[in-house]
Amino acid sequence: METSFINELKNIVGEQYTLFDKESLAVYGYDSTPELESLPGAVVLPGTPGEIARVMALCHDAGISVTPRGSGTNLSGGSLSAGGVVLQTSRLNRIVEIDEENLTATVETGVITSALHRDVEARGLFYPPDPGSMNISTMGGNVAENSGGLRGLKYGVTSDYVMGLTTILPNGELLKTGGKAVKNVAGYNLNDLLVSSEGTLGIFTDVMVRLIPKPQAKKTMLVHFPELEQAALTVSHIIAARIIPATLEFLDKVTIRCVEDYAKVGLPLDVEAVLLIEVDGHPAMVEDDAAAIRAICEKHRCSFFQTAATADEALKLSTARRVALSALARVKPTTILEDATVPRSCIAPMVKLIQETARKYDLTIGTFGHAGDGNLHPTCLTDERDKDEIARAHQAFAEIFDAAIAMGGTITGEHGVGLAKKKYLPKLVGESGIRVMRDIKTAFDPKGILNPGKMF
Amino acid sequence: MDYEKLINCMRCGMCLPHCPTYKETFLETASPRGRVALVRKFQEGELEASERFLDYLSLCLDCQACASACPCGVNAGELVAEFKCEKKDRDGLTFMEELVLHRLLPHPDRLETAVSPLKLYQRSGLQRVVRKLGLLKMFPPRLSRMEGLLPELPASPLRRTLQEVTPAQGEERGTVGFFLGCVMSLVFSEASFATVQLLSALGYRVITPKAQKCCGAPNMLASDRAGMEEMARFNVELFSSYDLDFIVTDCGGCGAELKKYGHHLEGDGHAAIFSAKVRDISQVLVEGAALLGEKLHPLPYRVTYHDPCHIAHCQGIRNEPRQLLRMVPGLDYRELADADACCGSAGTYNIERPEMADRVLRRKLDTIRNTGAEYLVTSNPGCLLQLKQALARTEPQVRVIHLTELLQTSMTG
Repeated sequence: METSFINELKNIVGEQYTLFDKESLAVYGYDSTPELESLPGAVVLPGTPGEIARVMALCHDAGISVTPRGSGTNLSGGSLSAGGVVLQTSRLNRIVEIDEENLTATVETGVITSALHRDVEARGLFYPPDPGSMNISTMGGNVAENSGGLRGLKYGVTSDYVMGLTTILPNGELLKTGGKAVKNVAGYNLNDLLVSSEGTLGIFTDVMVRLIPKPQAKKTMLVHFPELEQAALTVSHIIAARIIPATLEFLDKVTIRCVEDYAKVGLPLDVEAVLLIEVDGHPAMVEDDAAAIRAICEKHRCSFFQTAATADEALKLSTARRVALSALARVKPTTILEDATVPRSCIAPMVKLIQETARKYDLTIGTFGHAGDGNLHPTCLTDERDKDEIARAHQAFAEIFDAAIAMGGTITGEHGVGLAKKKYLPKLVGESGIRVMRDIKTAFDPKGILNPGKMF
Repeated sequence: MDYEKLINCMRCGMCLPHCPTYKETFLETASPRGRVALVRKFQEGELEASERFLDYLSLCLDCQACASACPCGVNAGELVAEFKCEKKDRDGLTFMEELVLHRLLPHPDRLETAVSPLKLYQRSGLQRVVRKLGLLKMFPPRLSRMEGLLPELPASPLRRTLQEVTPAQGEERGTVGFFLGCVMSLVFSEASFATVQLLSALGYRVITPKAQKCCGAPNMLASDRAGMEEMARFNVELFSSYDLDFIVTDCGGCGAELKKYGHHLEGDGHAAIFSAKVRDISQVLVEGAALLGEKLHPLPYRVTYHDPCHIAHCQGIRNEPRQLLRMVPGLDYRELADADACCGSAGTYNIERPEMADRVLRRKLDTIRNTGAEYLVTSNPGCLLQLKQALARTEPQVRVIHLTELLQTSMTG
């Protein structure tokens, strides 16, 4: 990158927040996506929305690409830049306002998701999206990727909570969309367009989200099933019984074995599936729901059913699910975590297909995830140095994605397309889908400088 | 270095919110994930060990909070330390390092003699004069910072005054070896004396081998592996000559190092047995909780507890100290927010990287203030030095005390 350009970046954000040394560029060459690396030309950490706008305008004029980055926990390579400027939003981290009358929270883009959770929950309010990386992921990143989490089944995902956005467009202009009005039908719904735009349409500076009252009571249950189909049927029948649990999580046999090896939480090794179920809401309703769920599980021949009596016990019961990824990740050096998602009625065939594909390609794939909303995480345990196995893993995932599409599902439930899923997107949305997306991109970013090369 | 350990990092970022230097800077180079990547890229030949490269790595406090948070079991702090050791193996020690680590530390007598002028400096009133006249400004900043950390020294190091065998009181439940940390003996001898008394009161015969040497942690801080191994070999042989149930220490730093002897001296069976016997004092006291509980008298204090990194992250001990504090009748225990976040002391870090150490310390002081505690309890000499000095300046009403001193006070009533 030219010195004069670097100097202009320094003039905007300050010398201390302009990085272009070899070491810094090397460590901004990755995010949480396995196998992907790409060196940026410079990294900036602006401190105000005004600085973001000026950096954008500068790069727009110079024709240099900009890739926004929060904490770099993206799982589809979305925060990687090939030779452009990485713009890290972490310094914009103020919780601007919590409006208890309108039940909204306005935060700067770099606010950590769990920091918002803490703040609103201290006031008896609730912001449900809880992605796995919530202790470090930024709100801006969550909006850009439309992050989900464990509570998706009952409470939805990030897009269900975004009410307003302040966005810097690729030319440095400011765009305000949405607001505190619950009903708002003026023009195209640009808010929804910007959610899950993966940093290709604009860079958020402020995010306004909807809050809801914090549920009064919660009950956690852990259930073991000797038969996979019965676990899957239980999921469908709980929903069919008009019960919407806050969490309905699933662990398969491979995952159970790894969790037990790692955390010794007392899971039996002869079961095919474990469900972690949480119901929340009014105390009386929580009791009723838990009893009904127990009856359904027993009807489907569960071999074990435990309800947590105390908060400590609930934490213990949910440990298995919380450590699932850790447990799997320790088995081999490289962990490829996918998020193929199907309609919930297809959970059993999907898990079966994943297991058969793993066998076919001689791979270890553990599957866990959000059974309630059909969002599974088939996780391949491999070693990046074993080129042959890596190639087989990619083949296996290609088949898994094809199957997900055939079942009416999708190639990504919550990680985004980025670089990693780019080649699968046309299969899902078709030619017309890609064309419309391209046209939208051009409308926002005619010079194509914002996070280029992602999505399509 | 084992390449496997480096590629085990899956870059998930779970370590970031726990890293004190990342929290301060938001820089990937100042994060555990970034440090592992830097070392990996060095190993892969993509980066050289340039001055800047080493500067990035040296910002690591080695608090190992990242290791507690890592889903894959990667210990970035340890990997950075290992990298520095390998570099030091090639570069050799500096003159001063050689002097302190090889000629002073292995000889407790010399160490104690070296410290005595400091005592004279304090006793003669010279310290008061120097501080009052602001003469420290004339010293190099490093020296003046070190002087500021210096607490009032005891009349005599505990190693000199403690008898080799302290008999058990009441029914004898076992024999323990007491590992006397250098700083504990030289500076916090009252706390270590309290440790011995507590052990004795719980029915342990306490053997304190006088010939014991430094644990070797300072050598590791200076990346001097050979020096550390020499200390380890000596201590293992010395303690192996006694029939001991446990080897007890009240210094978090020593405990963490002693527990690694088996790993450091791979293949040495005695070292493995030694390490397996090492216990932090809180672990032993919890085992005798029933008996201890009967002996404790009420203390009407508001108390909070700071987890030393070497206890919480390196040894995984979090419940025991809290359990012990909750046993003291009348004590108003208040949990500290982010109790296991580093205080910024981190060995010699607060002298090597004063600016970052102060930023890390500031967060700790804020959380301590918010508890409203009158006593801050902790159990590592580095934290004691750092927090005593800092709180004396900003919160003089808060007293800093070692866990065993507080328990001993409660026991004597």
